[in-house]
Amino acid sequence: MTATIVEKIFSKKCGSDVRAGDVVMAPLDGAMIHDITGPLAIQKFYEMGGRKVFDPKRIIMLFDHQIPADSIEAASNHVYMRKFALEQDIHNYDINEGVCHQVTIEKGRAAPGEIVVGADSHTCMYGAAGSFATGIGSTDMGFALKFGALYFRVPETIRAEVSGKFQERVGAKDLILSIAADVGADGATYKAIEFTGKSIRKLDMAGRMTLCNMAIEMGGKAGIVAPDKVTWEYMKSRRKMKPFELDSDEDAAFAERRTYNVSDLGPQVAVPHNVDTGVPVSKVAGTHVDQVFIGSCTNGRFEDLRDAAEVLGRKKFSPKCRVIIIPASRDEYLKTLKAGLIEKFVKAGALVEAPCCGPCMGGAFGLIAPGEVSLATSNRNFKGRQGSTEGKVYLCSPATAAASAMTGEITDPREV
Amino acid sequence: MAAKKTVTVRKVELAGGPVAKNARVWKFGDNIDTDAIIPGRFLTINNPDELARHAFEGIRDEFAKKVQQGDVIVGGRNFGCGSSREHAPLALMGAGVRVVIARSFARIFFRNAINVGVLPVVCPDADTIADGAKISLAIREGFLEADGKKYAIEPVPAFMQGIIDAGGLVEYAKNMKEITVCTR
Repeated sequence: MTATIVEKIFSKKCGSDVRAGDVVMAPLDGAMIHDITGPLAIQKFYEMGGRKVFDPKRIIMLFDHQIPADSIEAASNHVYMRKFALEQDIHNYDINEGVCHQVTIEKGRAAPGEIVVGADSHTCMYGAAGSFATGIGSTDMGFALKFGALYFRVPETIRAEVSGKFQERVGAKDLILSIAADVGADGATYKAIEFTGKSIRKLDMAGRMTLCNMAIEMGGKAGIVAPDKVTWEYMKSRRKMKPFELDSDEDAAFAERRTYNVSDLGPQVAVPHNVDTGVPVSKVAGTHVDQVFIGSCTNGRFEDLRDAAEVLGRKKFSPKCRVIIIPASRDEYLKTLKAGLIEKFVKAGALVEAPCCGPCMGGAFGLIAPGEVSLATSNRNFKGRQGSTEGKVYLCSPATAAASAMTGEITDPREV
Repeated sequence: MAAKKTVTVRKVELAGGPVAKNARVWKFGDNIDTDAIIPGRFLTINNPDELARHAFEGIRDEFAKKVQQGDVIVGGRNFGCGSSREHAPLALMGAGVRVVIARSFARIFFRNAINVGVLPVVCPDADTIADGAKISLAIREGFLEADGKKYAIEPVPAFMQGIIDAGGLVEYAKNMKEITVCTR
């Protein structure tokens, strides 16, 4: 009997053949909580009569949304979580490591074949490491903390097969914005999206994370890339695991098969106020931007910052806009620092901040005022996402963001 | 070792959960995201009543001011898309809204709503229900009535019915000492 990679993961965990549509109480290999949804999850854990978490070693705790604490309320939430970590013997990365999803993968807390949940919608990013990973709410997380298991409806899978060679200064973000425009904001609701094909095999981990991260923007329950040499190479220093085979059968029952060729793909920009609105950059070129943000779990890795720096060259950012650059984690920050890029960004006029979610969540700093326009490498451009509901957010790749930051208006990175 | 047990899906009749009778409709469009329901800057708040004061802030300011206990929200496609923040259904709960009707729901919101005791109801023709309409739900019978017109509604997934009947996941889980996990 053939199966998708997701069906195989659940079947192995459940010890019996399960298929899309089955409802299972599956054991969890990991559960991630952060400073926004964590306090409520802990509260629910206690309300459910929880005393001891199922396994402190499987819980990933860190603060990234409002760090360093930007209000007394945020500081108090941090204190509440620290207390819980101490009480439960959970290792807390606190404010020190960076954005939750980057840190979870980087620390080897999500690995091929594992089932991981996180109280954050972009948890689907761990599919880049070959995990089945999905975002859940705080009450489900309370349950997960207590029991180490959760109800899942095993999802159907949309298989996105990608071929072709990316043009210069075009990459994974442009691909996922074009896929989102094709599938639609709810086109993958309740489904997993598996990224496969020759172009995906050639893609580095950073690019795979960008793709899987945005599965949720199509309503997806998970994004996943079958583990291969690239994955196992990445896992090597992070987990003691022997590589194994894990992939969808060619003739598995996919809900849909979609094919994409990236050879003709140019830079894409998602326009306000939905993510599935991607258009070629030429359609919006010349739009004035007040703020450019390069960072987030979607595009804050060294590879992203390197792409931005490559476009920047020896030039400067435009004084017409403010530029905020935030590496996604301490490790990514150090790589960027050692490569000399932080100095380059600072000299070019950018504000480089310590690893955190930054303006992406519109709750900490870097908010936009009514009438302002933000161009960001993050994942959402909903009305009010980055501040005022009368502001506008456009989404793009790090290369496009850098090019636009140099001119003060949306600019094709191939034209600077 | 063989698997202990996989939880199987039982067909359960829609029975419990919150209901609506002659309730006022607050109508919204497609893709109402959780940032619209409760903006990111209010997520340090965990109390439903306080969250309710900022529900739809900047999107529809009159909502928080005028919403009454028992009012119902009607949306279009993909209601509750975006963030996993449970603050979204909690803000609605705090505002007195116990029922959200939509053509379709985003997955995490759907589950969060049930978990906190807000009933998400899928109604394929929700688009044609008017703002300010008076609505009544006949959940067991599988329909709702808005301004005198009948609309079909879809049953919730059977495995979630127990959670609805309990009034949310906390109450449901309170009584569980152990769970049967399908594991090797």
